[in-house]
Amino acid sequence: MAEEIIIDREGLDQLIHVLREMGFQVAGPTVRDEAIVYESIRSINDLPEGWTDEQKGGYYRLKKRSDKALFGYVVGPHSWKKFLHPPERRLWQAKQDGNDFEIIPEELATPKFAFLGVRSCELHAIAIQDKVFLDDTYVNTDYKIRRENAFFIAVQCGQSAGTCFCVSMKTGPKAESGFDLAMTEILNDDGHYFVVEVGSEQGRKLMEKIPHRQAHSKEVEQANHIVNETGIQMERVLDTTDLKELLYKNLEHPQWDDIANRCLSCANCTMVCPTCFCSTVEDVTDITGEHAERWQKWDSCFTMDFSHLHGGEVRSSTKSKYRQWLTHKLASWQDQFGSSGCVGCGRCITWCPVAIDLTEEIPKICDSTTQNTSTPVKNEAPNEIP
Amino acid sequence: MAKKSKPKVAVWKFASCDGCQLSLLDCEDELLAVTERIEVANFPEASRAVIKGPYDLSLVEGSITTPHDAERIQKVRRSSKFLITIGACATAGGIQALRNFKDVNEFTSIVYAKPEYIDTLKKSTPISEHVKVDFELRGCPIDKAQLIEVISAFLKGRKPNTPAHSTCIECKRRGTVCVMVSQGKMCMGPVTHAGCGALCPSYNRGCYGCFGPKETPNTGSLSAWLKNQGAADDEILRTYRGFNAYAEPFRKESELYEKENEND
Repeated sequence: MAEEIIIDREGLDQLIHVLREMGFQVAGPTVRDEAIVYESIRSINDLPEGWTDEQKGGYYRLKKRSDKALFGYVVGPHSWKKFLHPPERRLWQAKQDGNDFEIIPEELATPKFAFLGVRSCELHAIAIQDKVFLDDTYVNTDYKIRRENAFFIAVQCGQSAGTCFCVSMKTGPKAESGFDLAMTEILNDDGHYFVVEVGSEQGRKLMEKIPHRQAHSKEVEQANHIVNETGIQMERVLDTTDLKELLYKNLEHPQWDDIANRCLSCANCTMVCPTCFCSTVEDVTDITGEHAERWQKWDSCFTMDFSHLHGGEVRSSTKSKYRQWLTHKLASWQDQFGSSGCVGCGRCITWCPVAIDLTEEIPKICDSTTQNTSTPVKNEAPNEIP
Repeated sequence: MAKKSKPKVAVWKFASCDGCQLSLLDCEDELLAVTERIEVANFPEASRAVIKGPYDLSLVEGSITTPHDAERIQKVRRSSKFLITIGACATAGGIQALRNFKDVNEFTSIVYAKPEYIDTLKKSTPISEHVKVDFELRGCPIDKAQLIEVISAFLKGRKPNTPAHSTCIECKRRGTVCVMVSQGKMCMGPVTHAGCGALCPSYNRGCYGCFGPKETPNTGSLSAWLKNQGAADDEILRTYRGFNAYAEPFRKESELYEKENEND
């Protein structure tokens, strides 16, 4: 469905309004608390006009741009995971009924989301979470409804951040599929407009309601040029050749200890990761004991409770926890779900409070010249699948 | 169902500001339900009525700072089936444990006209240094929802949900932007026990560590990072010398920076 059309700023604003009229909750980038976050938006006035971000390990700063770009930044602290797999969700309630109790199922009153400004790496991350939550015997019904009802408006990246490495992970920068619409923002002497690629029938129908014109081939070329340049600009690299085997071979490499000295086991990397999916379940009763609730909450392999079984924690050291996270993300994820669990968005690098950078650590861990071939340490199973 | 007699609960105060036990009175919506389920046997902040022990549950606020209190806590323990400490004073020695790093006699000689009247211990210590504690509820002050959770769990004989992971997880679940990464602010969140719901970062401030050290606190790495970001040694020292200064991971880390200062 290769048809590109042009809309201007007003067209984009109208797109948001039409989606809202259709009953969608439009979520998109907006500035809050010194960062670009994903929240409900009502018009283009809520978008981060004229803002950009500067990112490196453990560092994120908003900066003013010299132009009025609406999407002139990269990915921030939030991911779309917070809408599709909410951080906290009540699963059901129970009420005491004499000597028995009654289960009150949770009503699946999930909103219909339209996501505006989804980047290529993020579309890949959602596809990965789809495998986790949908392609299994046990389907996450809440996720399924949220996912099926969602409308995706991708934005092609016009720049890369210092922590981006999607080119290495083959997840970007160009969004190729998985969207209803994909926009490239163009700002030049001719004005400020968006080259829109239609990716679905629903997308095509929606665009009929928005004033637009067909794109000239030159405009399409320019749009392609922008996203290609973004890929060329990307400095950060992760060599994924034989990565799974190399990580498996190096489970006792001394670099894991070096990382563990710095790792805070604070879990920030897993919380910001758009593919990390782990959650815990908490049962609570109120003071009367007549009413109980079960809640699902984001959890992390960096907490002690995460691997707590009868008798203690399976992974008690920070070394074993970090190793579990990294080897799962990049190696055993492939065995479990058929792809890497990393999309190269760089969030775990930017939002690590002490700037631990997996693209720097992995080459050290996989460097055979410093490989430690000692026998595995007892009591620390290195590679369990959660 | 035959009605069982209500569990007798006592609230005890040691060296503290009363803030934590007032959290119980602050449970306005739940207070009636609480008093329906438990018999408040000793709670001077709420009532002068005192019912004799033994008690099913004792909530202990405050640290041990005097010889008299050191004896009194033994009596409390003997008369209590369960003993739960509430707050940073009872759990870690509190802000008054700052004196543990200095000579308390110097303080009394400066502060009091007649220091010889003062009968105090050299250190402010947590309850667990004196008697067996069944559960420690963190916070300065404690979070009232967590207090209700602990009392509910006690009544039902289940484990309370009071996760010991970092405050960062609470920030991330509520969508708060990391103030360390986005603004370069000093924040104790990565080494601090969850429980407050990540209150301070949601008001654009770094975490002060009111809930004390988390389960696996890597204070060394956090300090090294803060130093690398330009924090002076005495700033780092003061970061750990808060309400939980005497909690071992914070105490040990701060002492490293004290020594480094002395060497300067």
